[in-house]
Amino acid sequence: MGNLKETILNPITKGNPITVLVLGICSSLAVTVELKGACVMALSVIAVTGLSSLVISLLRKTIPNRVRIIVQLVVVAMMVILVDQLLKAFAYAIDKQLSVYIGLIITNCIVMGRIEAFALGNKPIPSLLDGLANGVGYGAILIIIAFFRELFGSGTLFGIPVLSAIGYTNNGLMILPPMALILLGCVIWAQRSIQKDLQEK
Amino acid sequence: MNTNNNIYTVVYTAVIVIIVSAVLAFASSSLKSKQEANEKAEVISQILTAGKFGEKAEWTAKGNDAILSFYKENIAEAYTVNAAGEKVKDLDVTNAQVYTVSDLKAQNYNIKDGNETSLPVYVFNNGTVVVPIYGAGLWGPVWGYLGFAADRNNIIGAYFDHASETPGLGGKIKDDPAFRQMFEGKKIDFSDVTPFAIVKGGANGKANAIDAISGATMTSNGVSDAINNWINAFKGFLSSAEACCGEHEGEHCGNCEHEGEHSGNCENEGQHEAHEGEHCGNCENEK
Repeated sequence: MGNLKETILNPITKGNPITVLVLGICSSLAVTVELKGACVMALSVIAVTGLSSLVISLLRKTIPNRVRIIVQLVVVAMMVILVDQLLKAFAYAIDKQLSVYIGLIITNCIVMGRIEAFALGNKPIPSLLDGLANGVGYGAILIIIAFFRELFGSGTLFGIPVLSAIGYTNNGLMILPPMALILLGCVIWAQRSIQKDLQEK
Repeated sequence: MNTNNNIYTVVYTAVIVIIVSAVLAFASSSLKSKQEANEKAEVISQILTAGKFGEKAEWTAKGNDAILSFYKENIAEAYTVNAAGEKVKDLDVTNAQVYTVSDLKAQNYNIKDGNETSLPVYVFNNGTVVVPIYGAGLWGPVWGYLGFAADRNNIIGAYFDHASETPGLGGKIKDDPAFRQMFEGKKIDFSDVTPFAIVKGGANGKANAIDAISGATMTSNGVSDAINNWINAFKGFLSSAEACCGEHEGEHCGNCEHEGEHSGNCENEGQHEAHEGEHCGNCENEK
């Protein structure tokens, strides 16, 4: 059980895919302008990483080694298309808002990375949890960055005026992707000053 | 079992691909009707917003059924027109048939290539006319709808959408209501080089221009081009409101007010001889 707990907690803190492994940076810059989009993106990634890790783990003993990347890609792509189709049918407005970024989950290194590193060598249940936890670790950073970018860039949170209601002038830089990178750097800084064992000597 | 065997590898990948295709085909076909209904409701809610029948966000909140039933109650006729403004074919309003974004894209090619066009117009019971526009933004297509008063010249509302403009910059064409509200009360002026302009640096109160979005010049230009290309393609249709002068004089046809001006030249008897037959057709009646 201790091992399982580690599987769940590690990706959220010490093995966070964005701040420690520095994977999935591209999409974390792109979809963090608004909290709502970031939340749906986080949920989509959680679903895709969890389910594709589960499926690959179930198939792991049968996959021919030489074509394993292609098999993984096919499974991940299927999951992403399913998520996209479901959003189109049941959450059309949000799907429109996220547009291409749902499709781009396929290229998110976290998904493939976790399949290669974990799901290929572990049983289905731990793989599912590992996938879900990595999605959560990714989503948490997304939401933290989106919180600051929306608050200071548009003066709102989830579209509700907060700072703009008290006469705050929006900071245009916050909306641009470079600011997301700077914020991400700040998050990494904050995390490493709290968890000192992450600091490189 | 030897999973590195060639035959095994080929058969395995084939089976995986077939299974995945089957799953996706099943998902696609079982969700298709719902997705199409969503898309149709989305298009109609944008048309309604451009026609000033409520706001887009309110319609989205009310749901597909409310959008469809309101549309069916209030639409007078929907049909497509060619470059001359003549009706090409009727759209089935009882089924709320509309042109989707991909239909607009196809027509945009016709406009660009100078082919015969068949552009949709939506005429509502209160006289409001809504026409679509489509063009290229910075990262992808932009499209939208312009709502005209019954004179087909005064803009009463607009709505824009885009595939992938930058959120917070070009994305404002959709997300910032202030952008589309600038269109209200503006006019289309076919005598100008650009019938409608989105001007960087400010429109300065021009009747057929609005301010561009700062930080989003390319998107602003894209929307401006989309509007002008399509408005020019609609020229025949939008100008045809003048034809109503005879029947509905003074009712909703603002152009009729100018009647005195065109024939006014004839009163200048001195100039009469010089311009005879040139652009003063009315003068012949005087003889």
